[in-house]
Amino acid sequence: MQIDKDLVMYLEKLGRIELSEAQRAATEKDLQDILTYIDTLNELDTDGVEPASHSFPIANVMREDEVTNTARPEAILQNAPNSRDGCFVVPKTVE
Amino acid sequence: MDIRDMTALELGRAIRAGSVGVREAAESYFAAIEAHDALYHCYNTVCKDEALARADEVQKGIAEGRFTGALAGVPIGIKDNICTKGIRTTCSSKILENFVPTYDATVMQRLEKAGMVMLGKLNMDEFAMGSTTETSATGITHNPWDPDRIPGGSSGGAAAAVAARLAPVALGSDTGGSIRQPASFCGVSGLKPTYGAVSRYGLVAYASSLDQIGPLGRNTDDCAALFAVIEGKDPMDGTSADHETFSFDAAAAGEIRGKKIGIPADYLGEGIAPEVKQAVLDAAEVYKALGAEVEIFPMPIVKYAIPAYYIIACAEACSNLSRYDGIKYGYSSPNAESLLETYIRSRSEGFGMEVKRRIMLGNFVLSSGYYDAYYNKALKAKRLISKAMDDAFRRYDMLLGPVAPTAAMKIGESLSDPLKMYLGDIYTVMINIAGVPALAVPCGFTSDGLPLGMQLIGKPYAEAEILAAAKAYQSATDFHKKFPTLQ
Repeated sequence: MQIDKDLVMYLEKLGRIELSEAQRAATEKDLQDILTYIDTLNELDTDGVEPASHSFPIANVMREDEVTNTARPEAILQNAPNSRDGCFVVPKTVE
Repeated sequence: MDIRDMTALELGRAIRAGSVGVREAAESYFAAIEAHDALYHCYNTVCKDEALARADEVQKGIAEGRFTGALAGVPIGIKDNICTKGIRTTCSSKILENFVPTYDATVMQRLEKAGMVMLGKLNMDEFAMGSTTETSATGITHNPWDPDRIPGGSSGGAAAAVAARLAPVALGSDTGGSIRQPASFCGVSGLKPTYGAVSRYGLVAYASSLDQIGPLGRNTDDCAALFAVIEGKDPMDGTSADHETFSFDAAAAGEIRGKKIGIPADYLGEGIAPEVKQAVLDAAEVYKALGAEVEIFPMPIVKYAIPAYYIIACAEACSNLSRYDGIKYGYSSPNAESLLETYIRSRSEGFGMEVKRRIMLGNFVLSSGYYDAYYNKALKAKRLISKAMDDAFRRYDMLLGPVAPTAAMKIGESLSDPLKMYLGDIYTVMINIAGVPALAVPCGFTSDGLPLGMQLIGKPYAEAEILAAAKAYQSATDFHKKFPTLQ
């Protein structure tokens, strides 16, 4: 897998992060090294192997649909960088 | 006997006998933290006022018979990714530097019921992403055996605090070796429990299918006692398992005679330092002398564990870390005008470079066009790794191997080369992928006097069996009794 600057910038966009030019160049090299190593996984024969998700056989975990939590708006907003009238404040999103 | 020279269980006994007060125990640790932690930086947050108030309450509770457990009154340090109500929980990240949880993790509720006293929150790699504690935004933790070296990671503060006797025991978390590798580098014992054995409710998520909270202590009995407090089914964590209750007595029996131990040949191959290999082979001889059968067997899947691990872990990390948006909690950039800028600037200014790298790698392996070739391939590798582990456990009761290829590195040595840091995880990540338990214990020293560790890997929920095996080893050796001289 070949990594280039465009791909790094695409990944920044997907992750909602922005790198400086110097970080971008370093990341291009680091991701290239890491993915070249990761590509050794291609040597492993996985034909006919089902992808695994959970380590152990756990079926759907069900419980009674009972309300156990209570509304705690103050607690939920306690760590908000900006809140007003019991709501999170965000920048204007529509003109 | 000095309070800090006691193991957690010895201290618990002294407290119950009335020869040591709960406040006295906590104060002796705070005095040591004040004297030494400026250099070692094990703690992000020291909770002296809260702890001393709690100590008085616990003392009263012991007198009234409310706290009767083996660890009642014993102080403990907590890794800074475990939510503590009213106490800053930073994950050693700028993005959570002022985050104060409004609830306690399930493990904290268990410690509360057991009458334990929290000393403070321990340093770690940012969001547990790293193997050196150098990616912490609060500064590097120094290895108590040699302050020029890293303590390992990501639970580096936890392992260093136990080794430096700045905490009798600690809770860490292990996603790919983050309890075992620092335990090994700092010469202490550390248990990564079976996936699902301990509730993850309130553990800040890194890679949810791999993360597990576990104990670090000075010997296996301390780890077993703390594990007994925290393990068990929790309705707040759907992945926590309903399994047979852990038996401390079985773990403390220290029985190994007649057991079959397998050593994966691929754990002793290319890249391992000769001193590490020799220490593990010497441990195998100790086990033979104790009446166990030891055999080396091939396990070629080992070489695919790191690629599979970094794909799965980063994929889950990029999803888990999408919650940091600068709006609900955590750092919010003052330099943003629009909503999108709020996201981008808060995350770019709030996350460190290693976290950004893993978010990008995760987004890559999940992105359209690469999902099958990378993420799906890794999940197939996961199935084969689990199968290889099952096959091994049909032949052996447990596995033995090194924890890391080397002893602790010099500060700065691996930070500049992320791939090199990732490769150091070769013996630990496979255990998380398979979900099985593993315990790291000290098994020697390098010629420079740095601790070396080995790990015992068990069948699912066989924590008591590997703790017993390690107890047998610790009864025959004294590596775990050595302490560094603090500066």
